[in-house]
Amino acid sequence: MSAAIRGGVGESRGHALLVHAGLIALTLLSLAPLLWMLSVSFMPAGGASRFPPPLLPSSITLDNYRALFDRIGMGGYFANSALVASAITLLSLLINTMAGYAFAKLRFAGRERIFKLLLAALVIPSQVAMLPLFLMLKQMGLVNSYAGVVVPGLASIFGIFLVRQYARSIPDELIEAARIDGAGEWRIFFRIVLPMLKPVLVTLAIFTFMGSWNDFMWPLIVLTDQTNYTLPVALASLSREHIQDVEMMMAGAVLTVLPVLLLFLMLQRYYIQGLLLGSVKG
Amino acid sequence: MKRSLVAWVFVGPALIVLGVFFGLPVFAALLLSLTDFDLYALADWRNLRFVGFGNYIELLQTPLFWKSLGNTFYFVIVGVPLSIAVSLGAALLLNAPVARFRAFFRTALFAPVVTTLVAVAVIWRYLFHSSYGLVNWALGHVGIAPIDWLGDPQWAMPTIILLAVWKNFGYNMVIFLAGLQAIPQDLYEAARIDGASRRRQFWHITLPMLGPVLMVVGVITVAGYFQLFAEPYVMTRGDPLQSTVSVLYFMFEEGFRWWNLGRASAVAFLLFLIILAITAAMMRFGRKKGMV
Repeated sequence: MSAAIRGGVGESRGHALLVHAGLIALTLLSLAPLLWMLSVSFMPAGGASRFPPPLLPSSITLDNYRALFDRIGMGGYFANSALVASAITLLSLLINTMAGYAFAKLRFAGRERIFKLLLAALVIPSQVAMLPLFLMLKQMGLVNSYAGVVVPGLASIFGIFLVRQYARSIPDELIEAARIDGAGEWRIFFRIVLPMLKPVLVTLAIFTFMGSWNDFMWPLIVLTDQTNYTLPVALASLSREHIQDVEMMMAGAVLTVLPVLLLFLMLQRYYIQGLLLGSVKG
Repeated sequence: MKRSLVAWVFVGPALIVLGVFFGLPVFAALLLSLTDFDLYALADWRNLRFVGFGNYIELLQTPLFWKSLGNTFYFVIVGVPLSIAVSLGAALLLNAPVARFRAFFRTALFAPVVTTLVAVAVIWRYLFHSSYGLVNWALGHVGIAPIDWLGDPQWAMPTIILLAVWKNFGYNMVIFLAGLQAIPQDLYEAARIDGASRRRQFWHITLPMLGPVLMVVGVITVAGYFQLFAEPYVMTRGDPLQSTVSVLYFMFEEGFRWWNLGRASAVAFLLFLIILAITAAMMRFGRKKGMV
């Protein structure tokens, strides 16, 4: 018996070593491209195009970042991205929350049927709508405007679904009691419901912000003038023009990735929760 | 105000946005795919003609469409199993009772998911550069001759697959992790008392118990991988020798470069039908095997 236990301990030590070796290897593979990006962004021009490729800058410089802002107008792209992502986040948060709450707690004709229809529509890839949407926005004069990027993102089925799942746990008695006290529906929504939905609102806000910050295909289609580009669209176009300027492109990549990465690091608890909540029902 | 009216005020904005900017365009795309909408129609709507299934028939006779379909299937068939295997492996490591610093590892492994795809594709282009790239340099140490990753038609798609797997395995890892934590511990205890090895426990307890999660992850990942676009757009522009032209890339070129919006809509619908058919088949298979 004691021999068996001793054998078990030896085996489990080897096992622990293997588990950690695997985790460390995967972590290195996950982080290496991002760390390399950060390192190269501080190298002087031409510093990365050598063999063997240097891992760390021989001397640290901020020239690449300076060039991006002074010559390339990166500040403008950054502002465009921030504006578009913030607008989509704030407006869609309000619209999705109102709808999600109504689907969970208010009674109206056809509620279940409409909700089922929305869930069924989730299988349609958004790209199917893009071609006619472009023609529509052209008619409305919204092509090449921020509004053109924002408008299709003002409501999302996923967002409505997320809020509805969460709002169902609000006790009906609470809402009824407020009604008996004479509170109007808006007052109930803003004073009672919204505070209770706070965790799911944070989750949805992060999801929406990151999604619109990282979005590429639709802004690429609808923004035709370079000065209106969001960061991903600008970066894709710059990387074609400046293919030789590795260091400057990496500085551009840092500026694009860093805001969402920091946001995630600060609020990851909410993000992971939302991810799990959203995948429960596909 | 009547209460049901109030409810409509609450759902109204969302339904209007979804109806006008999603429902209507999807319906219009179906109609558009039955017309010859092109540059001339864009200038003057009177040039628009109804062509029935003409676009679809024409597409089935276009070699590049078939090529893009083949490329996309290659990406899905190799990429999805690889991505799921890495996700599951990472989740098993994180869930091992002996694992320490779990929060740190989980965050690090998840970080690629939240990065911007376009930025990562730009990084990838330099990492896989044939002469200065870190990857060829590292492979050189184990005696592998430099590979022209993005310039060789044989290697361009595998490079894109590696990027996609790197970028998205963390997402499924988190879902698997939740699934693993939901498996009752006494099952493993009973197996251990019976003397079952770790490998046997994995095949006979873990994998069957993960069935429903595996199904969800499989369907989401397949549907997502069929929508390949930004990677070839940024890294290869569909080259070399059109080996990385995906269906969506083909649609984008047809629609927004050549302004054949009728044909492009037909491409979009065919892609939609393919995704629908394949995910439906997966669900049926899963139901038959009792996974769902």
